[in-house]
Amino acid sequence: MLVDAAQFYVSCERVFQAALHARPTIVLSNNDGCIVALSKEAGKLGLARGQPLFQCQQIIRAHHVQVYSSNYPLYQEMSARVRRVLAEFSPRLEAYSIDESWLELTDLAIDDLTEFGRTVKARVYQDTGIPVRVAIAPTKCLTKIACELLKGDERYHDVVDVTRLTAEQMNTMLEQVAIEDVWGIGPNSARLLRNYGITTARDVCDADERWLRKYLTVVGARIQMELKGTSCLPLEVKRPPKQQIICAKSFGREITSQAELEEAVSCYVVRAAEKLREQDSLAGRLTVFLRTNPFDTSAPQYANEFVIDLAYPTAFTPELLKHARAALQAMYRIGYRYKKAGVVLSRITPLPVVQPDLFGEVSLVDHYREMRLMAVVDAINRIFGRETLVFAVQGWTRSWRMRQERLSPRWLSRWEEILTI
Amino acid sequence: MPDDRFFPHVSLLPQVVHAGFPSPGDDYAEPSLNLHDLVVPHPNSTYFIKVSGDSMNGACIRAGDIVVVDRALTAAHNKIVVARVRERLLLKRVQVRQRKVFLHSDPPEFPALELGQQDEIWGVVTYCVHRVR
Repeated sequence: MLVDAAQFYVSCERVFQAALHARPTIVLSNNDGCIVALSKEAGKLGLARGQPLFQCQQIIRAHHVQVYSSNYPLYQEMSARVRRVLAEFSPRLEAYSIDESWLELTDLAIDDLTEFGRTVKARVYQDTGIPVRVAIAPTKCLTKIACELLKGDERYHDVVDVTRLTAEQMNTMLEQVAIEDVWGIGPNSARLLRNYGITTARDVCDADERWLRKYLTVVGARIQMELKGTSCLPLEVKRPPKQQIICAKSFGREITSQAELEEAVSCYVVRAAEKLREQDSLAGRLTVFLRTNPFDTSAPQYANEFVIDLAYPTAFTPELLKHARAALQAMYRIGYRYKKAGVVLSRITPLPVVQPDLFGEVSLVDHYREMRLMAVVDAINRIFGRETLVFAVQGWTRSWRMRQERLSPRWLSRWEEILTI
Repeated sequence: MPDDRFFPHVSLLPQVVHAGFPSPGDDYAEPSLNLHDLVVPHPNSTYFIKVSGDSMNGACIRAGDIVVVDRALTAAHNKIVVARVRERLLLKRVQVRQRKVFLHSDPPEFPALELGQQDEIWGVVTYCVHRVR
């Protein structure tokens, strides 16, 4: 069963703002650059996801479209609430994205799955105020496709049990889904399939299995099995640790000075290292990159990246900061206006495999001391709030931070900002 | 190597170590009371909202108070609720008369509002946090 909170960011804003109901509403990406979520009403005005804000100003003014910056603290908490409500319905849940979760119903004694789906939808709305779509099917791929069906056909009232569809309805549903929209098929594979006349999900079902296996490897064969109703992509109830941690954001304004660039990169390093420790890992490689604004064609362009292979894997923030600073020193060129920077931690290993080295350059005792120190810093920031303890290189003013001019209050995480009626 | 040497448990308040006799109460220690457990039985559906007006003074809810609102509860006659009426959220008392739902202020100085088709009961008020002066 896939539970998908349609236009989730807009729904979150609407829970707290009665005036937004039935009004066209959009939520913007980081830096208020383009549309990341929009209400049905906004869609009808011709606005679309991914559209840059400056292109829509006219429609926004003419139709009084309500515009918001992404309020991630709010969306994160609402997402967690939805998930906790869902967890009461099945012990096996995969949190797929901020607004989508899969629940396994296999071993549950449920007589009427459609009715069950309606109950889930009603409970989520009652408890959290977030409307969701519910698609029930034997495989993940089919739930994704059924969700598309719900989007296009209001007669289902946002709940469908695919196993109850007739063979004919099933085929119609599969025919309506373009190859690009089949979950698991990337843009390159889609292009390849199109060249061979495979343009819909239905065509994938009908394709020769050996042919699919040859061109799309086992991945393609699995998708075909899934579309035919045999599950081969089990739920990932526990996420495997990430093999790469990225922290990269564009700045609220362009940066020219090395000092400010260093602040930004340091902030990203600190956050990436935090994530690394959250999953109990160490990183063996640090990549720092930066670039100017490629859309500003009149300005001189520069982009570079610097890879550092660490002699010993680490999750110790000061060590990573030191290397990031050296990387920046090597890459920084005066006279450019930088728009984005980021860090990537890779060559990730689980924590308990630290090897003491023969020459005594890395001391296990030091390593434990470093990890203990980081554990204390993380604990304080967890208990007393993000950035209670910061590294001085992260800077204080951070005027380069992302622009969020239309942010709604943090209704669920700050007493001074709670809803007033 | 034991795992806790890598990421040790960190306690921020140092635990007191008694050098003398162990306390006879040690085996009976219980976690202390937490007001949140009493006031928020349903954390997933509970919201805190600050009150601005005086329209619910009769129910001892005053401007500046923080009400605890549980969306999981179903509203009933005489309950105090947060309702979405037209384009606003309102704090009112529910009255059911002749199968119609009305929203009253308390004392009922303002005319009662009827809950329309597009309106909805947002949540039920369960507690009010009032600072005593």
